[in-house]
Amino acid sequence: MAPDGNYESHNYDVIVIGAGGAGLRAAIEASAQGVKTALICKSLLGKAHTVMAEGGIAAAMGNVYPEDNWKVHFRDTMRGGKLLNNWRMAQIHAQEAPARVLELEEWGALFDRTKDGRILQRDFGGHRYARLAHVGDRTGLEMIRTLQQHAVHKGIDVFMECTMARLLKDGDRVCGAFGYWRESGRFIAFTAKAVVLATGGAGKAWKVTSNSWEYTGDGIAMAMDAGADLIDMEMVQFHPTGMVWPPSVRGILVTEGVRGDGGTLKNSTGKRFMFDYIPDFFKAETADTEKEADAWYEDKKNNKRTPDLLPRDEVARAINAEVKAGRGSPHGGVFLDIASRRSADYIQKRLPSMYHQFKELAGVDITKEAMEVGPTCHYIMGGVRVDGETTATTVPGLFAAGEVAAGLHGANRLGGNSLSDLLVFGRRAGQCAAEYAKKADGRVAAGEDQIAAVGQELLAPFSGKGGENPYSIHMDLQDCMQSLVGIIRTESELKKALGEIARFKERLQRVTVEGNRQYNPGWHLALDLRTMLAVAEACTLSALERKESRGGHTRDDYPKTDPNLAKINIVTRRVNGDLKLSHEPRPEMPAELKQLLEEQK
Amino acid sequence: MAAQEFVMQVWRGDSSAGAFKEYRVPASEGMVVLDVIHAIQAKHATDLAVRWNCKAGKCGSCSAEINGKPKLMCMTRMNSLDTSKPITVAPMKTFPIIRDLVTDVSFNYEMAKRVPPFKPRPKEPDGTYRMYQEDIDRVQEFHKCIECFLCQNVCHVIRDHQDNKKHFAGPRLFVRYAALEMHPLDTNDRRELLKDQMGLGYCNITKCCTEVCPEHIKITDNAIIPLKERVVDEFYDPIARLVRKITGK
Repeated sequence: MAPDGNYESHNYDVIVIGAGGAGLRAAIEASAQGVKTALICKSLLGKAHTVMAEGGIAAAMGNVYPEDNWKVHFRDTMRGGKLLNNWRMAQIHAQEAPARVLELEEWGALFDRTKDGRILQRDFGGHRYARLAHVGDRTGLEMIRTLQQHAVHKGIDVFMECTMARLLKDGDRVCGAFGYWRESGRFIAFTAKAVVLATGGAGKAWKVTSNSWEYTGDGIAMAMDAGADLIDMEMVQFHPTGMVWPPSVRGILVTEGVRGDGGTLKNSTGKRFMFDYIPDFFKAETADTEKEADAWYEDKKNNKRTPDLLPRDEVARAINAEVKAGRGSPHGGVFLDIASRRSADYIQKRLPSMYHQFKELAGVDITKEAMEVGPTCHYIMGGVRVDGETTATTVPGLFAAGEVAAGLHGANRLGGNSLSDLLVFGRRAGQCAAEYAKKADGRVAAGEDQIAAVGQELLAPFSGKGGENPYSIHMDLQDCMQSLVGIIRTESELKKALGEIARFKERLQRVTVEGNRQYNPGWHLALDLRTMLAVAEACTLSALERKESRGGHTRDDYPKTDPNLAKINIVTRRVNGDLKLSHEPRPEMPAELKQLLEEQK
Repeated sequence: MAAQEFVMQVWRGDSSAGAFKEYRVPASEGMVVLDVIHAIQAKHATDLAVRWNCKAGKCGSCSAEINGKPKLMCMTRMNSLDTSKPITVAPMKTFPIIRDLVTDVSFNYEMAKRVPPFKPRPKEPDGTYRMYQEDIDRVQEFHKCIECFLCQNVCHVIRDHQDNKKHFAGPRLFVRYAALEMHPLDTNDRRELLKDQMGLGYCNITKCCTEVCPEHIKITDNAIIPLKERVVDEFYDPIARLVRKITGK
């Protein structure tokens, strides 16, 4: 290899890639199992996407409603996911989430309290009872800081601003990862007996998104390249409420907690339009009058839930339809009003960062006027296929937890189920990866050829002659995914998107970056484009393949849900360089769980 | 909007040398400084180094000195600045330069490692803890910290005297110490460490840190002064000292 292909080497039992909630929790657990563990993150520690989470952690602790328990949470999660969920994951998640929340408290987290001194829980979309443990509207900050400090005190080695670009393999096994330090641009190789992917999602491929620059699908693409199966890649969540104005803040998240705490959606005529969009699937459990909806906040036994808190896919589609029908707000969203429904004190206490965000960025006082909101790309339910118990992927030695993994949320994720997902499956990933590493015998090695080839690929943009600007390709990709693979999809547009993605891939071959390797965002983006394009292609292909509408996947040309397609996952694999899709049957749910879904309607 | 285009002077360079470089960016409504930096990256300088993540004031990554004032780039609206003159954007001064607007903030992470950890008292018989909202309100204020390190950047103890970094934790870390010391469940005692090794006494309460905090944490009044009082009570209170001498504790 050329001299600039030099790299430093590190050897661990377990490496965890990604240091949001799932990665931190995985590293803490692996380290607690006594194996040598490294935590590698693309940003500084504590800046990962988890820090932006607002509303809370869903866990059936029953502190506010003693009637709540894991069975109700399981049912809500399955129904919210339009039954496409991996039932075993949904069961484990509902059963283990309360213990994971209490564990955070033991590590120093301070959640808002009930009057009798226990952890307070708040209402959220699709949850039958007030279930989200929270800290105002900055729960993610509390969670990541608690985990971060706990990890630091456990002495886990942390590699910050270190991007992993490829997984390394030894035969069929994953044996490490290769990437670069952002600060210096120098290469770094890890060998490890087990690798945990906790790299999050891929929302940066869409134009209007709540996701940060990091969310470029690295883990999904790396896993696929290493031979792992992906499932449900068509399932992308558009959060119903992102900011829409001014243009520079379009997409920034407005927490579902606004509606959980009493806010309501209105169109330009002042109508609470969600009453017009209650699907049959949720009719039995949703209020059909404003009076009942408002009474539900205080008395859940005698009233049905407000349609403002239908699952996110339903609300996002409704907003989309209102705007299309010409009943939107001046800047192409709808109104979200809590000012006329709750006191200024209450709003500032419960939603301080929303208050601050609108005041500073939009000049709107949410205690006095309505917000303008619209859908924003927020989360990908699809991702790396994992075993529900162990988080093992289909490649030996590779585990995945959090947003990068698929299954728990099915076709649509409920709010609050992400933070609990990170804790429950982050811990399991750390535990199972450590157990795997302990059992794995012999040293693993990647071989110089493999590493040299990756190094050359990563440096290619510096010697590129085509003059393509990575930022231009990125903007065009975002436009394409936004307009052709958005909330509402149709065959002709998806096919058009595939053609454009193929052209973006060609353009990426001609990408040229200026400057040197030291902290060079243009170079980083050129490398991230490769993973974003892989995710975009997998998503579009899967969206073409699923000829029905379900959860986060809505086909204009197949508007109905097809019960036969509830029985399958769409699986994506890379075979000889190309993406191949197949329909594969989902495991049958045991009778006792089926009964839970039936009886608690 | 007044300006049709923004004239920006952005510091470019590395640890060896650097200078302000001028860029012109078309103005659009509602832009924040970080938007303008991104526009420069996309059109003029693809290698312009800048840290950012959430773009919503929640992660604390995009700290910089805008017209000499320490701020988050993502929360500084262009229309809050006098755009009739060029706007300067420079990296934080207190930390070593890596490149352009990116500085080496590892000092803060090293200091965090030295904080004695949270050590909770035993749980209630039902396996949980009881805490009341009024008992945690003041600690929750400290937990709002997004680690933007702007308070560390303006603190003259280290801004003007880099040598002090060896024995001065800085406002961010004092907020963390205060959060632990006032946590209703914590049983660790960090007062001697604060006095002897973390340089709490160096702070002379000029409140520069409080002024720049984007989360409006009252760092000086609510964290640093109460910590100083605790240290004084423990080590310098003559009556308490006498009592200790007599009781031998």
